[in-house]
Amino acid sequence: MSALVLSPAEAEALLLSLKVALVAVLAALPFAVGAALLLARTEFPGKTLLDALVHLPLVLPPVVMGYLLLVALGTRAPLGAFLLEHFGIRFAFSWTGAALAAAILTFPFQVRAIRLALEAVDRGLGEAAASLGAAPLDRFLTVTLPLAAPGLLAGAVTAFAASLGEFGAIITFVSNIPGETRTLPLAIYTAIQSPGGEAAAARLACLSIALALLGLAAAELGARRLKRLVGL
Amino acid sequence: MSLKIAIRLARGAFSLDVDFAAPSPGVTALFGPSGSGKTSLVHCVAGLARPREGRIALGGEVFLDSEARIFVPAHARGCACVFQDARLFPHLGVDGNLRYGARRAKAPPTEEEIAGVVDLLGLRPLLARRVRGLSGGERQRVALGRALLARPRLLLLDEPLASLDAARKEEILPHLESLARGARVPMLYVSHAIDEVARLADRVVVLTAGRVTAQGSVFEVLSSLDAGEALGAQGLGGVIAARHEAIDERHALSALAFDGGRLLVPRLAQPLGSEVRIRIDARDVTLALGEPAGLSANNLLAAEIVALRRAGAGTVDVRLACGSARLVARVTSLSAERLGLAPGLGVTAIVKSVTVAGR
Repeated sequence: MSALVLSPAEAEALLLSLKVALVAVLAALPFAVGAALLLARTEFPGKTLLDALVHLPLVLPPVVMGYLLLVALGTRAPLGAFLLEHFGIRFAFSWTGAALAAAILTFPFQVRAIRLALEAVDRGLGEAAASLGAAPLDRFLTVTLPLAAPGLLAGAVTAFAASLGEFGAIITFVSNIPGETRTLPLAIYTAIQSPGGEAAAARLACLSIALALLGLAAAELGARRLKRLVGL
Repeated sequence: MSLKIAIRLARGAFSLDVDFAAPSPGVTALFGPSGSGKTSLVHCVAGLARPREGRIALGGEVFLDSEARIFVPAHARGCACVFQDARLFPHLGVDGNLRYGARRAKAPPTEEEIAGVVDLLGLRPLLARRVRGLSGGERQRVALGRALLARPRLLLLDEPLASLDAARKEEILPHLESLARGARVPMLYVSHAIDEVARLADRVVVLTAGRVTAQGSVFEVLSSLDAGEALGAQGLGGVIAARHEAIDERHALSALAFDGGRLLVPRLAQPLGSEVRIRIDARDVTLALGEPAGLSANNLLAAEIVALRRAGAGTVDVRLACGSARLVARVTSLSAERLGLAPGLGVTAIVKSVTVAGR
């Protein structure tokens, strides 16, 4: 029975992983919607550049991304020092840094899903809304966004799952601090590195698998309900 | 107050160059074959497209003036649209769709007024329904109600019946007719179906390849020989406003009177005294000199020839004055020569078939 109860260290890694992934997804969401909107609905010079920039984390090695973040936002780096001094925001060696790394690395997943969803919304509905007196922001909030909601959810779920598994960027940028930045993948890595840690690693791996399956099921259920709700 | 439209628009090989006025209140039909620019024109009026050159004004309010750099966006124009494909919001349900425009109206309709429109269009049984399960006819009725409840200053109808079969059309046309008769909201009605135009319109603007080729009252334009080509083979004919004068129960006939004579049609459901609009296709009128005898046709009208025009190989269109009404007869050029048809000649028009519109 006791085998099914999580140890304090395991629970800590699990909760931290969930917290990092959730914050990463929610913080990136508004930016992802904005970027998707620009890519799906507007034409402007430099659109290809924005598209490439959004997809950069997909092709860049995570360790490189972590290194770049460290260079830019470390406590001694100009930007990192500025943020710490004026706003008290610290990313280096903190869980917020882990969330930031995860947010950036999973940003392309969110943008792609939202962009596809926005492109699938019939623009004729927006025209109808306009002729009924709805201004652009009103139309976006009451017609486009609700109809794109299933796509938003799909993007968020993918990003959340990917955030749970992020390793390279996190360990490079914010190191492997128990209770602060040691998420599940980092905990598994630590267990494997320590002598006699095989059993602990196996338990953590099982935990990760269970979490993934649970997430998939919840996402599927949520997507179905949402689609029914918006009449698709 | 009237809607004045003068715009120039080029899209690839297609160009639109129009200048006309649609009086208000009233129903102005934009008639023309597909590809003639009707929908582009409606989009310009609605503010969904922006022509590079032109001016559009409703009464004193300027929607577009390219010289003065005025462009009022669609949502601020108060021109509600009913599209061919309904465009209902799938996530809102019937009630939510109906209230979408109502909530955003400058002077939102009261609950009583909303109930009035719901009942006018027979939407009460649909209120709790989702959009997804609605039939084509139901969708268009909801779309029409949604547009009306936005309290538009101008109602734009872009082929609202084109995607429906004949039975579904009959389900909606009476509603449109009662709206047109009420004429509280000026309407711009786009259609390529002549029967709809004859039933609903006060004025007709005929559009051919992006140009206005004829315009005027529905009675004038649909019987105009010059518009014959643009109207097409089914289009040309007379439209008459007549009064339901008497009913002959024994023969199941109704008598319709107008200042050019009387017509007998199969018994009508409309009450006696009501005004009825009828259309007589040019191909359903035969001409005779003098008073012919021994005919099975019941409807003979004394008429005077106004004009003639060759319609094609071997056919001639003859425009007739019958009181203030105008009719057209399509006859062979042989008979035209044989009878010596010429302007000013008195003839008898033998009407074989009459289409009665509900109004």
